[in-house]
Amino acid sequence: MNFIVKNIIRFIILILLQVTIFNNIQLSGFVNPYLYILFILLLPFETPPWLLLILSFFMGLSIDIFSNTIGIHASACVFIGFLRPFVLNYISVRDNYESDIEQGLYVYGFSWFFKYALILILAHHSFLFIVEVFSFNNFGDTLIRIVLSSIFTLVLVITSQFIISKK
Amino acid sequence: MKNLIQIIVRFHFTILFLIIELVCFLLIINNNNYHKTVFLNSNNAISGDIYNKVSTFSDYIRLSTINDQLSTENTLLHNLLSENYKLSADSFFFYEDSVFKQQYVYRSAKVINNSINKQRNYITLNKGKNQGIEPEMGVVANNGVVGIVKSVSDNYSTVLSLLNSRLKISAKIKKNNHHGSLYWDGKDYRRARLIEIPSHVDIKVGDTITTSSFSSVFPEGILLGIADKILPSAGGNFREVIVLISNDFNQLSYVDVIGDLLKNERLELEKEVEK
Repeated sequence: MNFIVKNIIRFIILILLQVTIFNNIQLSGFVNPYLYILFILLLPFETPPWLLLILSFFMGLSIDIFSNTIGIHASACVFIGFLRPFVLNYISVRDNYESDIEQGLYVYGFSWFFKYALILILAHHSFLFIVEVFSFNNFGDTLIRIVLSSIFTLVLVITSQFIISKK
Repeated sequence: MKNLIQIIVRFHFTILFLIIELVCFLLIINNNNYHKTVFLNSNNAISGDIYNKVSTFSDYIRLSTINDQLSTENTLLHNLLSENYKLSADSFFFYEDSVFKQQYVYRSAKVINNSINKQRNYITLNKGKNQGIEPEMGVVANNGVVGIVKSVSDNYSTVLSLLNSRLKISAKIKKNNHHGSLYWDGKDYRRARLIEIPSHVDIKVGDTITTSSFSSVFPEGILLGIADKILPSAGGNFREVIVLISNDFNQLSYVDVIGDLLKNERLELEKEVEK
């Protein structure tokens, strides 16, 4: 399947999953999983940087439109879209990344994907929750939300990779 | 120029990121009420603070004029003291005074921002909700009416100045109690217009114009100004009077905010009639 079509389908499915299921999971107000950033994580390596930013923006904005928080998710998504190239450089494998393959769980191994997802999810959630509260009062609460939600999202992201790769 | 383009090309990723983030934050502030209020509140706190500092400085410069004003007012009040009045009756008796009930409370406040050169002028005072100021209270200075409190924050309040084309004050001619409305036409900051005065009413240049008892904001009889020019009625039933405003808005520094203790009672009663 053409990877453009594949990404478009992934885009739509992730938005639907996020707004119908995951937005309704709010355990004690501290755990809100945001699986939709999987879209940004799984974009091909050779995506041009500017396109990466624009795609991230529209991904975030779509979620914003559904959850009535115009701009909040979009800003967080653009932030990790910006970080992604640097993270990829930082945890690069020995050789350069091959083009035409996607960074799934089994391409470069579990520990590589775990590090990659962990950094970006933490970055996204920190940005998102801080912008959402829009102040540094009660920073302890914000911090707890960031950590708990990040763990939850990470588990979901890795589980989803297991399910897909089994096919 | 060439260098500039080179820099843009080289850092296009970062520049694009910053631009999109800026757009995001504009979206956030414009579309989310909570974020908007947080943003605006912190803005107001900063600007209020700056205005405060500017006004401490200008107050110092105006100190001598204010001293003069205060001493005149002091003399006036001394004259009203009961010790100055000799008891003329031979006999007197004590009674509990239930004839008078306090209706108006005055709270002093300082003008920290003021303008006279716009169509809609507003004044900022250094007192707010915490000091008992509420919207719709009247504001007066030594020489008469200043305006009406429009909105209050915790420690500041904004006043719709008399020099604001949105404000209309119920006024009367002091000598014969004929009513009209006073408003500012946005031209000369010393002159306002009194309208709705019937043509037959006797009014001359120099007559005093005061607030009327119709207003639920100001007590009756507070000075507004004096008639400066009477415009001939153009065949209609009413004529207009140009009024020289008694306050010099350019030199406003200390004002009194009037709270009406019986206002709610009055408004409720009037509302009932309208039902």
